[in-house]
Amino acid sequence: MKKNKVMAGIMGLTLMAGLFTGCSSNNNAGNEAAGNTGNTGNAAEATAAPEGDAAKELKGEITVITQRTDIVDTVFKDYAAKFNEKYPDVKVNFEALSTYEDQIKIRMSTSDYGDVLLLPTSVAIKDLPDFFEPLGKMADLEQQYTGLEERSVDGISYGIPITVNFSGIIYNKQVFKDAGITEVPRTIDQFMTALQNIKDKTDAVPLYTNYAAGWTLTQWESALATVAGNRDYVNITQVASDDNFVQGQPHYDLYKVMYDAAKNGLIEEDPTTTDWESSKADLANGKIGTMVLGSWAIGQIKGVATNPDDVGFMPFPTNAEKVLVPLADDYNLGISIHSRNKEAARAWVDWFINESGYPTTEGGGMSPVKGAELPEILKQFEGTEVTFDTLTPAKAGEEGWVDAIDKEAEIGLWQPDFKKVIIEAAIGNRRESYDNIMKDLNDKWKAARAKITAAQ
Amino acid sequence: MPKLSNMSYKNQRILIIFLFSLVPVALLLTFSYLPVFKMFQYSFTSWDGFSKKMEYVGFENYKTIFTRPEYFAVFKVSLYYFFATFVQMGLALYFATILSFNVRLKNWFKGILFFPTLLNGVAIGFIFLFFFKPEGTLNTILDLLGLGAWQQKWLLNPNLINISLAFASVWRYMGMNFIIFLGAISSIGSDIYEASEIDGANRWHQFRHIIIPSIKRILQLNLILAVSGAIGVFEIPYVMTGGSNGSGTFVIQTVDVAFKYSKLGLASAMAVVLLGIVVLVTILQRVLIKEEK
Repeated sequence: MKKNKVMAGIMGLTLMAGLFTGCSSNNNAGNEAAGNTGNTGNAAEATAAPEGDAAKELKGEITVITQRTDIVDTVFKDYAAKFNEKYPDVKVNFEALSTYEDQIKIRMSTSDYGDVLLLPTSVAIKDLPDFFEPLGKMADLEQQYTGLEERSVDGISYGIPITVNFSGIIYNKQVFKDAGITEVPRTIDQFMTALQNIKDKTDAVPLYTNYAAGWTLTQWESALATVAGNRDYVNITQVASDDNFVQGQPHYDLYKVMYDAAKNGLIEEDPTTTDWESSKADLANGKIGTMVLGSWAIGQIKGVATNPDDVGFMPFPTNAEKVLVPLADDYNLGISIHSRNKEAARAWVDWFINESGYPTTEGGGMSPVKGAELPEILKQFEGTEVTFDTLTPAKAGEEGWVDAIDKEAEIGLWQPDFKKVIIEAAIGNRRESYDNIMKDLNDKWKAARAKITAAQ
Repeated sequence: MPKLSNMSYKNQRILIIFLFSLVPVALLLTFSYLPVFKMFQYSFTSWDGFSKKMEYVGFENYKTIFTRPEYFAVFKVSLYYFFATFVQMGLALYFATILSFNVRLKNWFKGILFFPTLLNGVAIGFIFLFFFKPEGTLNTILDLLGLGAWQQKWLLNPNLINISLAFASVWRYMGMNFIIFLGAISSIGSDIYEASEIDGANRWHQFRHIIIPSIKRILQLNLILAVSGAIGVFEIPYVMTGGSNGSGTFVIQTVDVAFKYSKLGLASAMAVVLLGIVVLVTILQRVLIKEEK
């Protein structure tokens, strides 16, 4: 019976512990910037033309589905009120999904998936016309917006980015100062030295991987263009190469940073139990030195900082000649093909992108509207060698190949799996060396590439 | 208008049985058989889960599964859960036997033991994630007990991770086994115990010669359920580690193939294969247990 009591005691404690953990469970909506897909050929006609502002008497009710569970009842309500000042007869309802990508995919097999929604990144580009209303010719819309090429099919656009993200490293300036790092590291070697200094001179974790959350690891893939130093690399050069993961190639160098950092003990003590929500506060308050993330995270991290000015952004380190920070779409906003009030839905899309202020304030990136002002955090880079640019779209006829090869090979460029394997290998949990892992990925890439290029 | 009372008793009975079973049968068909049927259908396609077009590829998916050994490598993780099954059954039987005798706070203990079964699997995942953290509950308890040297990174160490997860699984499912055993043991008449006590039997003798033979069928049933459960382990490793660090199971792999790589057809084929394996193991168990007699 004694055993039984001890057991019961343990169970009781566990339960208590559970009550507390439950509160901080991770319900992030997988806010990834899916940057690597081009557009694919399939015939479609633009049916809904953009309308002028003569639509004051626009009527109807629309449902807007969003991933922002955190602000749907506050900021979005204000948006609706402001929208109604312009279009008084349109009623806007909101629906927020906590795991947006997973839930919307299932909803999309029915005809009931709202009027205005975000285009799931996992829908193959060529299938977009089956689910979304065309917004207009890309050539026309391009005068007004950037980032359209990621979700366009045959020159017709199906979505407008809710914000344009830039990716790199978010760091704590105070930690850098304490570690004696006076200049922001530019090359990979400088970066590794900086991490080592943080470890030696401060109590902060030099580089937090957020391994357990998983999706956070996919943020590294966004840095590919920076490591390559070339905007053509992702959609053009990579697709044309059989040797994507061999030494000297950007993928190899990029994830070598991850491997070396983990191997040299420059990451968190136990990556298997990391917690995304608390990592934001830890970075903000100097317990973490750096994290690899997109610009969308800056606002969230500053929001929990006691001194928001400590939160800084730097490009991912690179040995390339110039420092290129890639700009990539966040989710794209589109209209359901089953919407009953397409005009009202269109009015919301235009208003949301142009007038709500969401792209820069809540979205935390750059506005997709051409000529819009740069966000504050980027002004430090004016006049430096750092350039911001979108990726070159894939060649005509090769749209969506990166994605197709990736899926066929089950590599998962935008999935956490092989990044986790790299970390596990680096900390000694697996027998494979870094070169083994890269060779395996390269073999898969090669085989899948042969299959995809042959099929087209 | 036809009245129920005008019908013969036999017809009334048929009609009522039919009407009453209509709802459960409809539910069963909609949520059990139709999805399984669809799964078989999808397993012959290269469908990605959304596309309006569905291309039939014949046995291509099955060929892929059986020609790639890495898909089956994960079954060795199931072995941890398989062995944990025996621990789980042993503990359940132990507690059930003790609590079937007169013990103080009997009902309270029953409640405590059954409680985990009522919890949601995802919640349990989060509880144990906290439990196994480096500065979490388990290491804190070890420290308090003066066993600080035994502290481990339970989910980081590749030799421990599956044992840790299997432990969580035992905690979760033991209550169910326990309550079934308790029910079976309670059905043994008290006169048998009395008679055995007069003959001088102690508790161990009673357990060995009365309880075990009486609940043999239930024991077998629980074993079959537990073993097929061990093959299809999913939620605890999925919630806690996402299948990383060598804790992936076949079901996690299936889910990854379906939703990470958008190969719903291939994933359906994997599910069919898993179903086949479970059926096979169950039949095997029944045959082997029968032969013993």
